[in-house]
Amino acid sequence: MTVTSAGMPATGTAPSATGSAPAMPVSFQRRVIRTGLLGAVIALYLCMVGIVPIFNARPLVQGVISLGQAALFLSLFATGFVATRRVAESSSRLIADGAIAGGLSGVALSALVLVGSMVDVRAFMPNASPVLYGILTFNLGTVGFWIPMALGAVLGGLAGAVGLASPRLRRSLFVGLISLFALGLFAGLIRTPMLALPVDELARLLFASDGLTLIGAVVVLVLSVGLHHLQRTRRLDRQFAALPPSQRRRIQIPLIALAAVFVLVLPQGLGSFFAQVIAIVALYVMMGLGLNITLGLAGLLDLGFVAFFAVGAYTVGLLTSTAEFGIAQWPFWAAVPVAVIVAMVFGAFLGLPILSIRGDYLAIATMGFGEIIRILAGSDLMKPLLGGPRGIINIPKPIEVPPDSLLAGPNQIYYIALIGAALIAFVAWRLRASRLGRAWIAIREDEDVAEAIGINLIQTKILAYMLGAAFAGLGGAVFAALVGSIFASSIQLMVSINVASLIIVGGMGSIPGVIVGAIFLIGLPELFREFSEYRFLFYGIALIAMMQLRPEGLLPSRIVRREFQHGGGDEPPESSTSPLAL
Amino acid sequence: MNPTPILEVDDIHVYYGNIHALKGVSLTINKGEIVTLIGANGAGKTTTLNAISGLVPSREGQVRLRGETISGVASHLIVGRGIVQVPEGRRMFARLTVEENLRMGGYTLTRAADVQAGIDRAFEMFPRLKERRTQVAGTLSGGEQQMLAIGRALMAGPEVLLLDEPSMGLAPVLVDFVFDTISRLHAEGTTILLVEQNARMALQIADRGYVIETGMIVLSDLAANLRENDTVRKAYLGIV
Repeated sequence: MTVTSAGMPATGTAPSATGSAPAMPVSFQRRVIRTGLLGAVIALYLCMVGIVPIFNARPLVQGVISLGQAALFLSLFATGFVATRRVAESSSRLIADGAIAGGLSGVALSALVLVGSMVDVRAFMPNASPVLYGILTFNLGTVGFWIPMALGAVLGGLAGAVGLASPRLRRSLFVGLISLFALGLFAGLIRTPMLALPVDELARLLFASDGLTLIGAVVVLVLSVGLHHLQRTRRLDRQFAALPPSQRRRIQIPLIALAAVFVLVLPQGLGSFFAQVIAIVALYVMMGLGLNITLGLAGLLDLGFVAFFAVGAYTVGLLTSTAEFGIAQWPFWAAVPVAVIVAMVFGAFLGLPILSIRGDYLAIATMGFGEIIRILAGSDLMKPLLGGPRGIINIPKPIEVPPDSLLAGPNQIYYIALIGAALIAFVAWRLRASRLGRAWIAIREDEDVAEAIGINLIQTKILAYMLGAAFAGLGGAVFAALVGSIFASSIQLMVSINVASLIIVGGMGSIPGVIVGAIFLIGLPELFREFSEYRFLFYGIALIAMMQLRPEGLLPSRIVRREFQHGGGDEPPESSTSPLAL
Repeated sequence: MNPTPILEVDDIHVYYGNIHALKGVSLTINKGEIVTLIGANGAGKTTTLNAISGLVPSREGQVRLRGETISGVASHLIVGRGIVQVPEGRRMFARLTVEENLRMGGYTLTRAADVQAGIDRAFEMFPRLKERRTQVAGTLSGGEQQMLAIGRALMAGPEVLLLDEPSMGLAPVLVDFVFDTISRLHAEGTTILLVEQNARMALQIADRGYVIETGMIVLSDLAANLRENDTVRKAYLGIV
C-alpha cells in the first residue's frame, strides 16, 4: 500500500508523490538518519537549555503528562513524522523508518542519561541534572536509561503510522493534538471565569488548577478529532464568502454583537492578573494601530516609537502625579489630550530632519531618536524635572472607584484602552479611505511617482509621523495610568520592537492583524511569565517560522496579501479568466 | 495660424552637485503641438523634463506655463497647474490594481465625480485596462503598463503631457501602439513633449523637434526637416 494514491483530495498537508525516495532507496535511508540526528540535536537542546526541566513544573494533563514531557515527546514524534513525510513507501517501511529516526533521537537522550550518571557535567551544563534524568527515565534513574530510546522508537513509529492515515484523518488528529495543547496551556484562563458561572462543576471536571484533568483531556481529544473529522462540508469561510451580501450581513451582525459582548465582559471574573494581561494587550493593540499608520500605510519604518510613548507617559505623569514631580495634579482626562498634542509636536520634530531618509536608514535614525529620549529621561540633566531613575510615582487612576466595582484596578484601564483602540481603529479606517490615506499608500508604493502625480511629500510624511506619534502618546498616557508610575527604565527599545513585530506578525496594514499580533506576541508571553527566560527564544522561533510559513502575516491586508501571492485579481475566480495572472 | 506658446523653457541650468547637467536649455511648445526632444543617453532629456515638472530644481533660467513662471513652484503644485509627467520605465504602483492606479493619478482632483469621469475616459481610451480593472498593475504586460502609465497621467487632466521614453523596452508591435496612442492624444488636443531614443518614430509623429547633446540644445527645426538633416540622419537615425 502506498501513502499517496491518485484518488485523494489534494488538501494542504497531503503529501505529494514528488519525493525521490522510491527510486533511490540509499538516499532515502540517509534522509531518515539525517532527520533522526537533527531530531537528536533538537531534543538535546530542549533538555540542555532547561526547557524540559522548567516546563516540567507545569502540567498539561494533571498527573499524567507535564508540559516539559509533552515538549520532549513532541520533538520525538515530529522527528518520526518529518523523516517519513513526502515519501511513498510500504506501511511497514514507513513505521520502521519513523521508529529509526525517532529512536536515533532517543539514543542521544539515553546517552545523555548514561554519560550524566558517570560524569558530572553540571559544571558547564547546569541543566544536565538528576532532575532532568528523572524526567527522561520516569524517575527510574540510570537503570531506566533505555527508556528515552524506546520512547523515541515508539513515538517515531507512531508518527510513521500517522502517515498511513488519510490526509483528512491526519488533519483531524493534528487538530486534536493542537486543541489539547491549547486548552491545556490556557486551562487557568478558561477555568477561572467558568468557576464564577453556573458551570463550575463542569470546570472542575475538565480542568485542574493547572492544565486539564485526565477526563478533560479525553473529552477535548475526542471532541476535537471527532468534530473535525465529521465535518464534511467545505471550509466555513469559503461557504460564508459564497453567500449573497444580504444573508452575509444577517450572520455578521449577530456575530459582531456577540464579539462585542464578549470583549466587554472579558475582564470580569478573570481575576486581576488576567485583567492586567488583557489590559496590556489592549494597550499594545492601540499602539500597533498607531504604528500601522506610519508603517503600514505610509511605509515609514519608525523604530523610535517608544519615544512618543514616553512623551505621552511623562506628560500624563507630570500633569497628574500627586507626588514629588507632579506639577498640576490634573485629572487623567484633562491630561490625555495634552499628552497627545505634545506627542504630535514631537512627531513633527522628529519628522522634519528625516524627511529625505528612506528605508533602512530611516529605521536606524528613528531608533536613535528613541534611544535619545530614553537616555534623556534617565539623565541627571532632566532629573530635577522627570525624576531620573526614580521616575514619577503616584499617578492616579483615571476613575476613582471602590475596589470591588466593575471598573476597579486594571479593568478600567482595559476599558480605556479598548475605547482608545476602537477610536484609533476608526480613525485609521477612515484615513485609509481618505485622500490622505491614498497619498500615504502612494508614498509607500513609490515615493518618486507619488511626487509626480501631485502629492506633497513633506506635508504627507509629517502628518504620518504626527498621527503615529499621537497614538503612541495615547498609549503612553494609558500606560502611565495602568502602572501608576513612569520610570526611565520603562522606555525600552523593546517596546518599539514589540510594536513593530506585532504588526509584522499580524499582517502589515491590517487592523484585525494588529489585534491578532498583539495577542500572540504580547498576550501569550505575559501568560507564560514563569518561562520568561525563554521569551526571546520563542519570539525568535515564532518570527522565523512566520517568515518561512506565512511572510504576509497572520491576517494581512489586501495589498500585502497580493504582493506575497503575486495575485491576479481580488477574487480568485476572476483571475482565472486573465491569462496574465500568475 | 498664429501659434500660441503654452510652455516656454528659457535658458535653464540644472546641476547635480558639481555636474552641470543642463547648460542653458530653451524650448518652446505651442498649444496642441507634439514636440520631441531627442538625444543620446545622458544628454539631459529626462533632466529637462524633471526640471519642467519641478522634480529637480533649476539654478538659473525660467519655465513659463501660459506666460506664468512656474520654476520654483513645488512639483506637487505644478501637477495642479496642468503639467503631468509620465515617468521613464512606466513606474506603476505595482501592488495596486489598475483601477487604484488610475485613482491615484487623479489625486489632485478634489471631486469624486471628476475622478470617476477620468477613470471612465481612461477605460474608454484603453478598453484593455477595463478588462484588467481589478488586476494588480505589477502583473500587467509592458504594453499594458505603458497604457496605464499614460492613463494615470491623463487622470489629472493635463494641458501639457511630458512623456519620457514611452517606447522603452517594448516589442515593436507595442511601440507602434504607443505611438498611435500619442497621435490620438494629439488629435484630441493634448499638447505633448515627447522624449525618445527612438528618433525615427518620434520624428514621424512630431510637429517639431529639438536635439539635445551634453546638456545643450544643438538643433531645432520642424520634424520633417530634422528627418532630412544630415547630422540627425547620421547620429540618430542610423542612416549613412
